Amino acid sequence: MRLHEFQAKEVFADAGLPTPAASLAGTVEEAVAAAEDIGYPVAIKAQVHVGGRGKAGGIKLVENEAEAREAAEAIIGMDLKGYTVSRVLVEEAVDFVNELYVGVTMDRGEGRPVAMVSTKGGVDIESVAEETPEAIAQEHIDPAFGMHPFQARKAVYDAGVDPALARDVAGVLQTLYDIWEDTDGSDAEINPLMVTADDEVVAADAVLNVDSDALFRHPELAELQEEGEFNESELEQKADEYGFDYVRLDGNVGIIGNGAGLVMTTLDLVDYYGGSPANFLDVGGGAKAERIANALDMVFSDENVDSVVFNIFGGITRGDEVAKGINQALEQFDEIPKPVVVRLAGTNWEEGMEILNEDLVTVEKTLEDAVQRAVDYAQEVEA
Amino acid sequence: MSVLVDEDTRVVVQGITGGEGKFHTEQMIEYGTNVVAGAVPGKGGQEVAGVPVYDTVAKAAREEDANASVVFVPPAFAGDALFEALDAPLDLVVAITEGVPTQDMSRVKRKLDEEPDTYLIGPNCPGLITPDVAKLGILPGNIFSSGDVGLISRSGTLTYQVVDNLTQRGIGQTTAIGIGGDPIIGTSFVDALELFEEDPDTKAVVMCGEIGGEDEEEAAAYIAENMDTPVAGFIAGRTAPPGKRMGHAGAIVSGSGTGTAESKITALENAGVPVGDTPEEVASNVEDLL
Repeated sequence: MRLHEFQAKEVFADAGLPTPAASLAGTVEEAVAAAEDIGYPVAIKAQVHVGGRGKAGGIKLVENEAEAREAAEAIIGMDLKGYTVSRVLVEEAVDFVNELYVGVTMDRGEGRPVAMVSTKGGVDIESVAEETPEAIAQEHIDPAFGMHPFQARKAVYDAGVDPALARDVAGVLQTLYDIWEDTDGSDAEINPLMVTADDEVVAADAVLNVDSDALFRHPELAELQEEGEFNESELEQKADEYGFDYVRLDGNVGIIGNGAGLVMTTLDLVDYYGGSPANFLDVGGGAKAERIANALDMVFSDENVDSVVFNIFGGITRGDEVAKGINQALEQFDEIPKPVVVRLAGTNWEEGMEILNEDLVTVEKTLEDAVQRAVDYAQEVEA
Repeated sequence: MSVLVDEDTRVVVQGITGGEGKFHTEQMIEYGTNVVAGAVPGKGGQEVAGVPVYDTVAKAAREEDANASVVFVPPAFAGDALFEALDAPLDLVVAITEGVPTQDMSRVKRKLDEEPDTYLIGPNCPGLITPDVAKLGILPGNIFSSGDVGLISRSGTLTYQVVDNLTQRGIGQTTAIGIGGDPIIGTSFVDALELFEEDPDTKAVVMCGEIGGEDEEEAAAYIAENMDTPVAGFIAGRTAPPGKRMGHAGAIVSGSGTGTAESKITALENAGVPVGDTPEEVASNVEDLL
C-alpha cells in the first residue's frame, strides 16, 4: 500500500523528522488561502500516486497570490498520467543549496533491510543506481538488532556527505529506519532531503509504502488507504470487492485461472499464440461456485474483452464447483455475451465435465488448445 | 531416493485444529504421510484425525519423535509459529500460509541462517511431495508419480500443469518442491538445486520460475558452475507489465526493470538450460535431457 506524500509527511513529522510547513487543499480557494497562510514562495504539489510529478506538470513553485491561483487551477482536476488530481499539498518552498537522498527498503535477495544514502538527491534514484551505483552508499541491517547508530553514520560517511551535516543526516536515516520498521514499511524514502544555506536538513518529499500483508497490525494506516485510494478504476474496485487478484491489461482475451503462476502462464500463452491478454485474474485456491460466477461477471464487464479462457488446474479447487459456477454465471443470459473456452484438469475434473453445460461453452482438453481457441474467437470478433 | 522427504519423515502439523489444517492432515495421512502429532497452543490433549495434539511444537517433537512440521497457522501468527518450529528444532519446516508480513519473514530468515541443518520451505507454497512415499502440504497427490525428475517451482498450480505434461510422456518425479511465491522464502532455487544435484536418483531437474527478484539468475549461475545433472526451465510472466503485482507478493517487475522474464530466460539459456515457451515444450525438453 502506497501512502500519499501528505500522509507520509504526517508520519515522518510525528516521528520527529523535519518537514516543511504544509497544508492540504481540495479547491483553488483552499489552496490560495493555504499559500497566504504559509507565506510565499510555496510549492503546489499534486497528490497522486504517480512518479515524476514535477516533469508532468503536477508541481509548481509560486511567488504570489495570482500565481498560486493560476497553478492551483491548472493542477486541481488535471489528468496526471491517467490519474485525476483531486487534492494538492501547499507547502513552504525550501531555499536549498544541496539535495541528498536517504532511503530504507527490503533487499529481497539478502532477505534483509538495506539503508541507503546518496549525495545525488533530487533526481530519479533508480537511474542513479543504474548509471553510478557507487554514488549510493548501502548498509544492510540485521533485522534481529535493527539499525545500530554506527551503521547510520557509516552510510552517511561512505556516501561522502559534507562532514558538517553528517550528524544530522545520520539522525534522519536512523529515524527513517525506525519508521520503516514500526510501520512494516516496504520502502521509506526522502528524495530530496534538502540542505539549506545554514546547514539545516528538510524532508522536501516523502515516500512511505507499507506491506499490505501487515496492515492488520496497523489499523491507523489501513484507514489512510480508504482515504487515499480514490483513483482505482471501476473494474479494480470490483475486483477488490470480490477479493480477486486482478490486473487489467490492454488486450482482448479475458483470462481466468487459479494460482498466480498458472494464470501468468496462461497470459503468456495467449501472447505466444498471437493474441493479446485483457487481464490477469486469479480466483485463488478452493474457489466455490459463486466465486467462479463472480470471476466471469468481472471479465464480462470489461468492454475490451472479446473472448474468455477459463483455465483451472484443481488442487484444492474442485472441478465440480468450477463447472457449477460457470453454469450459474452463463445460464442467466439468453445469449452468451462473449465466447467462453473452458479447460478443467486436476481434482474432480471428470465430475466437472459431467456438470458443465457444454451448450454454453467450448471445452478443450489441454491448456495449449484452450488458449489457441480463445485467441481464434477473439480474432474472429475483431475481424 | 528423494530429497528432504522420505519414509523416515515424521510430521507435526502446526494449526491442525483449523479447517485447512484438519482437512489437509487427513489428506496427508491418506496419501501415506507419517503425521505423528499436531501442535496448537491451548489445544493440548485433543485428538484430530487420530493424531494427538500438543500445546507446543517442542513437546510434540519430543513425545512423538517428529522431525518435520507443516504450518497452517494464520498469517498474523505464522512468523511466531516458524520461530517455534526452528527452535524445536526440526529438520524440515513447510510453511503453507499465504500473506506472512515480509518483515516477519526477514527475521525468520535471519534465525534460519543460524540453523544450517534445517530447511524451511515457503511460505506461500503448496509444500513438497515424494511420490508414493509422503507429501507435506496441499498438493493433490494423485497427479504425481514416482520417477527420476526433480521439480522446483515458485507456483502451485503451475507445478501441477507441468507435472501433467510430464505424466503424458510417462515421466515421474523423485521429489517435487513448491518453494513459494513470496519475496523472502526459506529454501531458494539454488538450495533446492543443490539437493537434487546430490541425489543420485534424480536424473534431470525442472525449475519453474517467474518474474520478480533475482533468484532465477542466481540459479542460472549456480547451474553453470556446479551442476552435472541437466536442468530444464520455464519462466512465467513474460507479458506482465512493470510495477504490477501478479498475484504472488514476489511476482513483480520493478519500475527499474529488475526481475523481468527476459533477464531470467537469458540467464538460464546462457547457463545451458533450455527454457520452454509452453509447459508442453518444457516436458519435451525434459524428455530430451533424460
